[in-house]
Amino acid sequence: MEDMKEIVRTYVVNEYVEDDTEVTFDTPLISGGIVDSFSMVSLKRFLENKYKISIPDDKATPEAFDSVNKICMLVKEFTKE
Amino acid sequence: MAYTDKTRGMYNDILTGMKDAGLFKQERYIHSAQAADIIVEFPEGAELKKVINICANNYLGLSSHPEVVKAAHAGLDSHGYGMSSVRFICGTQDIHKKLEKMVTEFLGTEDTILFPSCMDANAGVFEAVLTKDDVMISDRLVHASIIDGIRLCSAMHDTFKHSDMGHLEEKLQLHSDKRQKMVITDGVFSMDGDTAKLDQMVELCEKYDAMLFCDESHSSGFIGKTGRGTHEKCGVMGKMDIITTTFGKGLGGASGGCVSGRKELVEMCRQKARPYLFSNTIAPPVVAGVIKVLEILSATTERRDKLERNTAFWRKGLTEAGIIIKDGDTPIVPVMLFNAKLSQDVSKDLYNEGIYAIGFFFPVVPQGAARIRTQISAGHEIHHLEKALDAFRKVGKKYNILGKTKAEIIEMYGM
Repeated sequence: MEDMKEIVRTYVVNEYVEDDTEVTFDTPLISGGIVDSFSMVSLKRFLENKYKISIPDDKATPEAFDSVNKICMLVKEFTKE
Repeated sequence: MAYTDKTRGMYNDILTGMKDAGLFKQERYIHSAQAADIIVEFPEGAELKKVINICANNYLGLSSHPEVVKAAHAGLDSHGYGMSSVRFICGTQDIHKKLEKMVTEFLGTEDTILFPSCMDANAGVFEAVLTKDDVMISDRLVHASIIDGIRLCSAMHDTFKHSDMGHLEEKLQLHSDKRQKMVITDGVFSMDGDTAKLDQMVELCEKYDAMLFCDESHSSGFIGKTGRGTHEKCGVMGKMDIITTTFGKGLGGASGGCVSGRKELVEMCRQKARPYLFSNTIAPPVVAGVIKVLEILSATTERRDKLERNTAFWRKGLTEAGIIIKDGDTPIVPVMLFNAKLSQDVSKDLYNEGIYAIGFFFPVVPQGAARIRTQISAGHEIHHLEKALDAFRKVGKKYNILGKTKAEIIEMYGM
């Protein structure tokens, strides 16, 4: 799980952060304005490709994607199946 | 009456909030034709003032060109004032078809369809040619009208970092399973004045089987050796899949826009684009004016050559004065002040010196990137630019920003 958190955190920083904003596992991503709703698509596709899962659109909500911790919980839910 | 005092109060509170936040936009009334020298009333009721305009999109100085005005008059006489119909019912005249053919030749594409504005072209084009099986991959700094068009389209949307070709390639790989991929960019970016790397984008699109879309609103008529646009400058004429552009900037400055490109895509717009289907097209006198503009620009490159010389003079003058500008070679020259209030104060002082230029700040540009966007025109003479440079030097000296670095200006005034 810790590995996954670091992978997701690194992706978020590389993909969305263009200044020195710090991103922790609990940093609010959507509600904090780091990831906008348009750009959530690439995060969802990254997770699906990386972990060989399919996240239904109704599960890929701004709330579910709002922090690295929450994202990893969502991914775990689908990797178990 | 449903519009109650409570409702009125709610909207007044919102508007007051915008004023308090410094986000309230105020018009300045111009009492003359659009040109390098204009007569302005600002604020409302103030004495009229003659100023030099360095913030218009009148890049080629054609907004009030006598031949264009004369052609518009002639078009009004021969084809009337309006059409009272959308295109496919009874709103298409011979001159609309003539203009579409001329634009196609000018841009080096296969076909063209006119829209009431480029805002409408961008609002309609994506929905007309893409579906939920497709993906749109746009530069993060594309114009607001493209964002609106993307929102209206059911295709998936993703973004790449501004002008970052490595990041674009990653996105093309990520979305390789989609039915169609469309890469979307501006030709010249309106706030920074930089130019898209269309040559590299064409290569990537060919490699990953994607279509390429470019909005040429701030390029058509003057970018490239013969002013055809960014695709000419980058050596990819004939390789663009979709170009949108406006007749409201360099190409006469009145109104109207178009989608130009692959003939099947243009036909899809003709069949499906909602701003085309449900709105009148460009009015006859404006069509006649744009036809004259294209005739002028096809006959000689004199005006874009003059614009290029004026731009070089202006960029050199500001740099030598110790003013920070964004790098580039386009006539959009942002003077960087970083602090929002400073940009407003400098704009006000320039106006007092007879120079009309507007400050832009967050949320129009990123926080800490406030600026005055200057725009050069072929309608400017060197004496206009010299006077404007004098004003920038005088006001710059007052605020102690001449020769200062970004860090020094931010230290003095904050972000």
